[in-house]
Amino acid sequence: MSVIARGLTREYGGVNVVDGIDLEIKAGECFALLGPNGAGKTTTLRMLLGLTPPSAGEITVLGEPIPQRARAMRERAGIVPQFDNLDPDFSVRENLIVYGAYYGAGRRQIEARMDELLRFAELTERADDPIQGLSGGMKRRLTLARALVNDPELLALDEPSTGLDPQARQHIWERLHALRRRGKTLLLTTHYMEEAERLCDRAAIIDHGRIVACDSPRGLIEAHIEPHVVELRGDLALQWKDVALAGFRVEPVGETVLIYGQEREALLREIDALIGPGYLYRPASLEDVFLRLTGRELRD
Amino acid sequence: MAVIDHLRTAPRLSFRFIAVWLRNLKVWRKLMLPSLLGNFGEPVLYLIALGYGLGQFVGEIDGMRYMVFLASGIVCSAAMTGATFEALYSAFTRLTTQQTWAAMLAAPMNVDDVVLGEIAWAATKALINASAIVLVASVLGLVAGPQALLVLPVILLAGFAFAGLAMIITAISPSYDFFLYYFTLVMTPMLLLSGVFFPLSGLPDAVALGAQFLPLAHVVMLVRPLMTGGVVEMPLLHLAVVAGYAAASYWIAAALARKRLVR
Ligand SMILES: Nc1ncnc2c1ncn2[C@@H]1O[C@H](COP(=O)(O)OP(=O)(O)OP(=O)(O)O)[C@@H](O)[C@H]1O
Ligand SMILES: [Mg+2]
Repeated sequence: MSVIARGLTREYGGVNVVDGIDLEIKAGECFALLGPNGAGKTTTLRMLLGLTPPSAGEITVLGEPIPQRARAMRERAGIVPQFDNLDPDFSVRENLIVYGAYYGAGRRQIEARMDELLRFAELTERADDPIQGLSGGMKRRLTLARALVNDPELLALDEPSTGLDPQARQHIWERLHALRRRGKTLLLTTHYMEEAERLCDRAAIIDHGRIVACDSPRGLIEAHIEPHVVELRGDLALQWKDVALAGFRVEPVGETVLIYGQEREALLREIDALIGPGYLYRPASLEDVFLRLTGRELRD
Repeated sequence: MAVIDHLRTAPRLSFRFIAVWLRNLKVWRKLMLPSLLGNFGEPVLYLIALGYGLGQFVGEIDGMRYMVFLASGIVCSAAMTGATFEALYSAFTRLTTQQTWAAMLAAPMNVDDVVLGEIAWAATKALINASAIVLVASVLGLVAGPQALLVLPVILLAGFAFAGLAMIITAISPSYDFFLYYFTLVMTPMLLLSGVFFPLSGLPDAVALGAQFLPLAHVVMLVRPLMTGGVVEMPLLHLAVVAGYAAASYWIAAALARKRLVR
């Protein structure tokens, strides 16, 4: 086991923002913490990394008790924080060298890995540029490369692709896939369902500091939602938002109406007959599970 | 944990702090020249303006030219200013806007290491500033002999004390404006009452007694005889006071920084 947490709890101002979380993450697994804003993802991650002391609960990461032996554990872990904190006084290359020194690595050791890290981040051409000139995607990639200076066994990523454009996001996902193939344990938080669905073996959906469901993305979909969905948008959605269909579940979500069914043929037959063309059919996704389990009201 | 629990906990010392020190050295080297000029330009200006200007009227103090008397004081005050600015403004920037500390803490680094690294760097800045002025003073013939080199280790120790005190303020400061309190309430009185510009014997007894509690006063009492060829009286006492300030301020600053960051 890479990560074991029991009864993990953190209280701020009289509220348990993390409220009795149990987690087990296997070595080599990719695990996602999914949750809306303020669900307690960052706080959970920080407690696992020994950066925030828990109010209650027990943690073991990479075999070390946390927070007692957090330093020893962090020598074997890499961290990508929610907000980039690259060193603005240094170039891309210097950022990697200086960060390596925080792990006790000498200049030579890092120089030996420099080309590989720069290539991984696709920043070889920008190696000597100051970081102020980098795009958001480049900064994120450099932060990821920086988390790899110590060749960690476990990588913890807090919203690795939030705020990036689709290309940059694809790029990060592709990098994370490469790390998975190398056998690294990945623990990431996200509110992009697609991210969890594509990358992760298992995901825990957390809301108000509690795990409301935890399984593989497929398993979550099978357990919590009908497998087939029809989406109505725009005028169609307005027109049909109050429709009642026997044997199907109708969910208005903002400007969209979602109609869920157990069987594809039956669902489409019904919709074709009643509504006609202009709808969108898709298989159910993690997003449907997420909305179902965490509700549809806005957070924060 | 409450502040008092942090204060009861001893900082955990390790050599990790060197990485923080090296980081700051690496940044400083990029801007070495302007930084050096800025840092010792002002104290040298004080030395020359006050030394020549005021010196004409003052005549001799304790059997030495005013310029000679003043040079050793300026060495000490430049060390204090250098360490203080670094541990206040620069460290606070790395703690807040730049989030450099947060990045370090995600690596296998503790708050105690980061605070010690910052203090050690600020002490180094004090040493750099003071060395530059010792050099200028010796060129101007204001230094008695090679025993003035002993000033440097004393200044390094003093740098730890001044940086530690400033780091306490940095650790609790909500913003840059807060530093003004420290300058008005601590730095300025200390600068004026420690024997930098005139001997303590000129002060009313009560004030002179109070000045005995100021670390800068003890630094001046060590540095002045070393630079002017006199005999240091009670060197161990002065060293103990300065070292005590250095150790206690580090302890307190580390505790307050832990309180701020580990939550
Ligand atoms: N240091 C702190 N002091 C007080 N409250 C805090 C602190 N850190 C987090 N909180 C509160 O705890 C709750 C959970 O915060 P957390 O950052 O863990 O959420 P999150 O799931 O990471 O959210 P987001 O998606 O916005 O990053 C929030 O309500 C937040 O305001
Ligand atoms: Mg967060």
